[in-house]
Amino acid sequence: MYKKNSATYALLSHRPSTRRFRIALLAGALLTSAFSLTALAETAYVTNEKDNTVSVIDLNSMQVVETIDVGLRPRGILLSSDNKLLYICASDSDRVQIIDLATRKIIKELPSGADPEQFALHNNDRWLYISNEDDALVTVVDVETSEVLAQIDVGVEPEGMGVSPDGKWAVNTSETSNMLHWIDTNTNTLVDNTLVDQRPRHVEFSKDSRLLWASAEIGGTVKIVDVASKDVTHTINFAIKGIHPDRIQPVGVKLSDDGRYAFVALGPANHVAVVDAKTYEVLEYILVGRRVWHMAFNTDQSRLLTTNGVSGDVSVIDVDSLKAVNTVKVGRYPWGVVVTP
Amino acid sequence: MTPAAYLACLNGVLRREWLRFYQQRSRFLSALVRPLLWLLVFAAGFRAALGVSIIAPYATYITYETYILPGLCCMIVLFNGMQGSLSMVYDREMGSMRVLLMSPLPRPFLLVSKLIASALISLIQVYAFLAIAWMFDIQPPLWGMLAAAPALLLAALLLSALGLLLSNGIRQLENFAGVMNFVIFPMFFLSSALYPLWKMRESSEWLYWICSLNPFTHAVELVRFALYLQFNGQALLVCLSLLIVVTSSAVITFNPQHAAVRRAPGS
Repeated sequence: MYKKNSATYALLSHRPSTRRFRIALLAGALLTSAFSLTALAETAYVTNEKDNTVSVIDLNSMQVVETIDVGLRPRGILLSSDNKLLYICASDSDRVQIIDLATRKIIKELPSGADPEQFALHNNDRWLYISNEDDALVTVVDVETSEVLAQIDVGVEPEGMGVSPDGKWAVNTSETSNMLHWIDTNTNTLVDNTLVDQRPRHVEFSKDSRLLWASAEIGGTVKIVDVASKDVTHTINFAIKGIHPDRIQPVGVKLSDDGRYAFVALGPANHVAVVDAKTYEVLEYILVGRRVWHMAFNTDQSRLLTTNGVSGDVSVIDVDSLKAVNTVKVGRYPWGVVVTP
Repeated sequence: MTPAAYLACLNGVLRREWLRFYQQRSRFLSALVRPLLWLLVFAAGFRAALGVSIIAPYATYITYETYILPGLCCMIVLFNGMQGSLSMVYDREMGSMRVLLMSPLPRPFLLVSKLIASALISLIQVYAFLAIAWMFDIQPPLWGMLAAAPALLLAALLLSALGLLLSNGIRQLENFAGVMNFVIFPMFFLSSALYPLWKMRESSEWLYWICSLNPFTHAVELVRFALYLQFNGQALLVCLSLLIVVTSSAVITFNPQHAAVRRAPGS
């Protein structure tokens, strides 16, 4: 059935002459799998607001393997589309820093306007939309030329920033005006506003760019906005047994690519709400660390990482079982997180 | 004596204990209701909805219900061990213990058989309780439930042995109330069953030391670690050595004549 000189024959044969060959083959197979495991090791990067650092977590060992010094008060964090560059809002340094992930060194600094907090990268991988909290502005910067392309007036205390996956819209939230500001990315001008609940903190587009999820920290709600009409179509409320409603302050929102779940970080309620992304029904509340703010999925979206500011750690949620499975200590006041493959 | 004789004896003791357990369904019910009240009423009122700080063996934040689960498992075992001691007093008074001791097998073997029987009955109750807790979404890892079996058995043997030792000092059935007040409650409250020891330390260093010396704390920690697939060497060492010491003392001090001698003149 098997040719006498074939590898399969060698593996199946019990003859002593072939034993050494079999061992070599097995060793080769083991080495290959070891290499592929290394290749699969995912890494999470977490901005620590009070430590002026970025913690690097190996998601295999769940250990902090490196801490990178960055500018003052690092908050917003995102990746280039090829996962090679890491962008950080160094809020009190008034700039955006770019870290090359191959060397984990800061290779470039971009002008950002004053006090950049959150930002979003256009799908052309060049235009960075930055909200300037103190100046009521959104600054658009070309990351290649470092040129400021536009500064757009928005509401008071701009915070959340999102760009639609199709690249047509940039949306900014202003914490004091309680509005979503719609910026047409073709002209980089403000074209519309949507009123939402008090203190909107974060926006997240659905994968098909048709819906926008916007959290309101003081309002305690998440609004679903139809991108075409810019109207609010649904409002999601949260209630956790034993926790005062004032503590329920939605901030970060993450949508799973399969369209099944939306995860909402509820701040000082120390819970992440799991929402059915189709029916908008809250399915579950998952206990994590203190003052949970932002979240990131790993590559295959089997795990969700949350930054817990007050307890200074990152919790890991298993998306299948919807349970928190681990918590890793990082620096002081972790703010945002991203994961690279 | 052949090994078969030993086995027959062990089998007899196990079956008697099982039959007694099976027939006293109210006892089973009360053994379940007690920890369930703690879990679903006390823990609900005490509810730390914002999470209990991370301590070993937990990998992340947990609810208070999750924290007290191992302690309540051990509570079942503790009450069962002490109830075993009650049954021992009863057996001595009613004479059925003397029937057992008529066996030609060595007395230590008979007593250890009784301990094993009582421990196995405890285990049935603990798993029934864990199954109910599971339905209320308090779910330790499945493999942990399996890994906890030897830890629970060891804890049950230790607490049954302790019950036996106590029963040697009790002359009358009525004294069991005293056991409740002076043994069960202090053992349960002065342990890590309801609150982490660091929390105790915050209120009183003395209380902390009493709690850390309490054998029940070590039994609870052994079960807690096993439930989360971790090994607590210190707790195992303490429980094992105590088991040996307490069982030997219980066997040595056991005196079936207690009740008979006392009653003889009046009877």
